[in-house]
Order: sequence, then structure tokens, then C-alpha cells
Amino acid sequence: MLEEGSVGIVETKHFTFAAPPHEMRLECGRTLGPITLAYETYGELNEARDNAILVVHALSGDAHAAGYHHPRDKQPGWWDIMIGPGKAFDTRKYFIICSNVVGGCKGSTGPSSVNPRTGRPYGLTFPMVTVRDWVDTQKVLVDHLGIKRLLGVVGGSTGGMQVLQWVVSYPEMVRLAIPIATTSKLSAQAIAFNEVGRQAIQFDPNWREGEYYGKTVPRHGLSIARMIGHITYLSDRSMHQKFGRRLQDKSAYGYDFRADFQVESYLRYKGNHFVNRFDANSYLYITKAMDYFDLAQAYGSPEEAFAGVKTRFLVISFSSDWLFPTYQSKEIVSALRRVHAEVIFTEIQTDHGHDAFLLESQQLTSLITNFLSHGWKQRS
Amino acid sequence: MSGLTEEIRLPEAGGVVRLTPEHKLILSLIEAGSRVLDLGCGEGDLLLALKVLKGVRGEGIELSEACIQACVARGLVSVQHGDLDEGLANYPDRSVDYVISTNTIQVLHRPMVLIREMARVGKRCIVSFPNFAHWRVRSQLLLKGRMPKTLKLPYEWYETLNIHLTTIHDFRDFCGKAGLKVLREIPLRTSPQAAYTEVSVLPNLRADAAIFILEDAKV
Repeated sequence: MLEEGSVGIVETKHFTFAAPPHEMRLECGRTLGPITLAYETYGELNEARDNAILVVHALSGDAHAAGYHHPRDKQPGWWDIMIGPGKAFDTRKYFIICSNVVGGCKGSTGPSSVNPRTGRPYGLTFPMVTVRDWVDTQKVLVDHLGIKRLLGVVGGSTGGMQVLQWVVSYPEMVRLAIPIATTSKLSAQAIAFNEVGRQAIQFDPNWREGEYYGKTVPRHGLSIARMIGHITYLSDRSMHQKFGRRLQDKSAYGYDFRADFQVESYLRYKGNHFVNRFDANSYLYITKAMDYFDLAQAYGSPEEAFAGVKTRFLVISFSSDWLFPTYQSKEIVSALRRVHAEVIFTEIQTDHGHDAFLLESQQLTSLITNFLSHGWKQRS
Repeated sequence: MSGLTEEIRLPEAGGVVRLTPEHKLILSLIEAGSRVLDLGCGEGDLLLALKVLKGVRGEGIELSEACIQACVARGLVSVQHGDLDEGLANYPDRSVDYVISTNTIQVLHRPMVLIREMARVGKRCIVSFPNFAHWRVRSQLLLKGRMPKTLKLPYEWYETLNIHLTTIHDFRDFCGKAGLKVLREIPLRTSPQAAYTEVSVLPNLRADAAIFILEDAKV
């Protein structure tokens, strides 16, 4: 029996477009096609087709944002706390869409997909994709679903980058934008962490220049990349609260290099678990897309990028997030302010670090619920 | 902050707003359709009243996360979480008609910095503050030898956020030093029912609050 507030059993759908010779031209100059997007939807698109909200996922997310694929699934979709009947993204009112990014490994075309020209996985022959490319492919999906204007686009972290890019690329299509714990350009510190993760993968002897499909995967490299990632998603205080210096299954130090501390064992578990559900090459591609993201680059300044926007914004940061710190959200708000956009900004006090956007939070829920419901009532 | 408010029903805003006497006077001063920035906007009562009653396009800055939550719940669309002691760097010169600060300037660490910022961002500024030269304040210190506590200044000395209290005379001097021109001074006597009367005789003694309308002296 599924709990109240759940969207229940859901299914991932697939949409394929850009079949040769109509390949999509990417920001890097290369082309890609055919492109498949894995996506899920929750709730019903209304007759006016004006109640659609696009949810965009972060680095390791996928199209499965809510509900369960099978009645026996242990875990629901990655943002199930926010999406469902009576939740912030109330599926009784809104039609929710979530798609996996191109370059990913959860059903959308990516480096682990078979290249129809060669009959073999793309590997590193897969073209570099960017946040703008992700948004362009999502736009094709939204068009395909017959939606002319989205009620909202929402996402945290790398998802937040896509929210900002949506407003810049297709300003007339987004009524409400909710970028959470994000930035208009990745900082040197965040690029640095991404690079260490990529190096870990590329120095794994099983990586073989990305040609590992059907062979042993670079599990050590990917697992280390994930461990580093996890450290950056938490905060000093949340790690202290969660683990402290507690020992794992022992009462005294082992005086060896097996895991003594709970935090070590947690990171190892998270790293190993991730390897079973994620592709190392996708990790390389997606982190690189994050690194390249600089919203203002093509326009000269963030103000010019946002010039004339009619979208209403809710920008949220978290006080203990040191990967995407509050000052980066404030820069977004500042640029929006200068072009006279309507923008709510708030920094939520929390110890949970960057991960806070994925966790249960009364503040986050009520902000989004109220922002959406006023925006929904006031749609022209 | 002063605690004395009147509830005004505004069905268009989805309920009631609670206005202080200073809010009510400011509401009467602002021309319809103006652009307004409210510093320390709290739960957005003045902004909502301005929006509904005057068609004002308002924005707020507020330090409290809970207040921002309340503003969003009430449907306000331009409110930012921020510390006024950090200035108004995000706000371009002369970008609004009025910058308003009610009962807030006395809690700031650097009132001089903020008042200059207000004059830069707004064509005009409206500042209200409790008058520390009011006779009730003076008498408590003079006759009882006690730290003053009044309706406007209800806090114990060790709990108060009011670190830069001022008088009408001192505030006038302060505006001059900050390079601001005083367009109008409105000394007020306020009641616990949130009514107000303007005080013309001996204002610095008889007014418990004052509202100043200011602009940059260089303009």
C-alpha cells in the first residue's frame, strides 16, 4: 500500500527526435541525433495547457522524480517529498514533467548509448553537451507535449543552472522560475572538485579512455568521485552531527587502513552504491557541462542575459551550502533586480549544506507552495 | 517593532494588514502608482496596503527569514532577504520613487551609510523613528533616574535592538551631515489605538515619533 501524498506507480517514457539528417546542433559545434529523452509526468495537463511545471534534476538525478516504478521499490523518486497530491508541487493542480539530461545514463542518450552509426557505445566519441543543450532538448520535449508556456521551471544545484538557462533561452515560455542552491557560473572551487572527481575516474586503469562498456567498469574512480562529491554536499556541522568521531562496528581503533570511523564507512557505502547506478563517462560529461556553465558569457553580463524578462523568480539558497554559497544566489538576484524583474530571495537557515534542497524542509515546502499558488492564481 | 498597530481589512490582499500610525501617514503621502522600496518590510503589511490601495509597485528588504516566508504567503513578489547594514548595492541610482524606512534606522550599526544609500537609490526618502526627546522619555530619566520604557520603546536596556536612538533635533542635524535636504518634518503623537496627530507646538518635546521626507541635497 502506497502512502498518502504519493503519485503512486509511475512509468518512465521515452521521446526520440533529431533523427538524421535532422540532427541537433550543439553549443560545441558538433551535432547529435537521434536523441532520446527519458521523462516522467505526474498529474494531468489541463485543457488550457497552462499548468505544466518542468522539474530539472541535478548531477546524479534522473527522470524519476516522484512515485515508485514497482510496488516493492524501497525508494521513491528523488524529489518525492515535494511532488504529489497535496505536496508543494501538487499533482492535483499541476502537471509535472521531469526528464533525464542528454549525456546522462538514465534512459536519455548519453555516452553509454549505442551510436547507431557504429553499432557500439559512444564512449568519448559522444559530443560535449552543455546546460544550454540540455535546455534546448527539454524545449523540444515540452513542444512535443503540446505546451506553449510553462507555469514554472524548478531545480536545485545543476538543475538551478538549467532553470536560469531556460529563462534566458526561452523567456516567453517561463512564467515562474525557482532556481535553488545554484549559481549563474560555477566557481573555481566547484570546478576544482569536479576536476578531482574526473581525474579519479580517468586514472582508474579500467577506464580505458572511456572504452569500458561490456568490460570491467572504473568503479574505484567513480566511487572516489562520488565520495568527494558527497563531502561537498554536506557541511562541517552536518557531518559532525551525523557521524562525529564515532567508530563503525567497533569500540577501539583498528590501527590499520580499514574503515574505523562511521564517516569513512558512510562514504565507502555511498561510493559503492553510486557505481551500481551511474555511468563513469556520464559523470565526466555532466560535470564538464557544469564547469562550462556561465550564463552571462554569451551576453556580456547577467543583466543583459536577463534583459526584459517577465518571469517571476523565487531564488533560494541555504546558509551552510559552501559548494553553491549564498553570495552566488545573491549575484543572480542582483542582476534580476537591475532589470526590474520580480524576485523573491531567501536564504534558508540550515545545517544540511548543499544537500538541503533534497531534504524535507518545512521552509522550502511552504515557500514553493505559496509562490506557486499565487503565481497560479495570477496567471493572466 | 512599535507593536501598536491597527488592523485594516483588505479583502483584495486576502485578509487584514496591520498598520502602525507611521504606516498610515506614509500611505497618505505616497502618490498612486509610485515605485517604492521598503527597508525592513517585516511581513509586508505596508507593501500590501500600498499595492492594494495605491497601486504601488513595491519591493522589500527584510532580515528575518520568517518574515520573508510570510511575505511570500501573502503573495508579495519582490522581497529580498538581506541585511541593511550591508547597504543597497544591488539597487541602481534613482531606481525607485521612494525608499521607506519605518522604525528601523535606530537598530542599524551604520545609519549614516544607509541614509546615504537611501538617498542614492530613491528620488525621495521617508524615514520614521521614535523621538528620544519625548517628555515621557525625558521624565523617566530626569525624575526616576531610570532607562526610559515607553509604548514606542518597550524594551529593557539589555534586550533592546535600538542602539542608535535619536531625537528630532539630532536627526535634522544628521540629515544635514549626510548631505540630505529635509523636504518636510512631520512630528507625530501616536496613540495605543494606532491613531496619530501631527504636533506643531514644541514638537521635540511633545511628539513621540517623527517622519522625515528627504532627498539628496545635490539633486
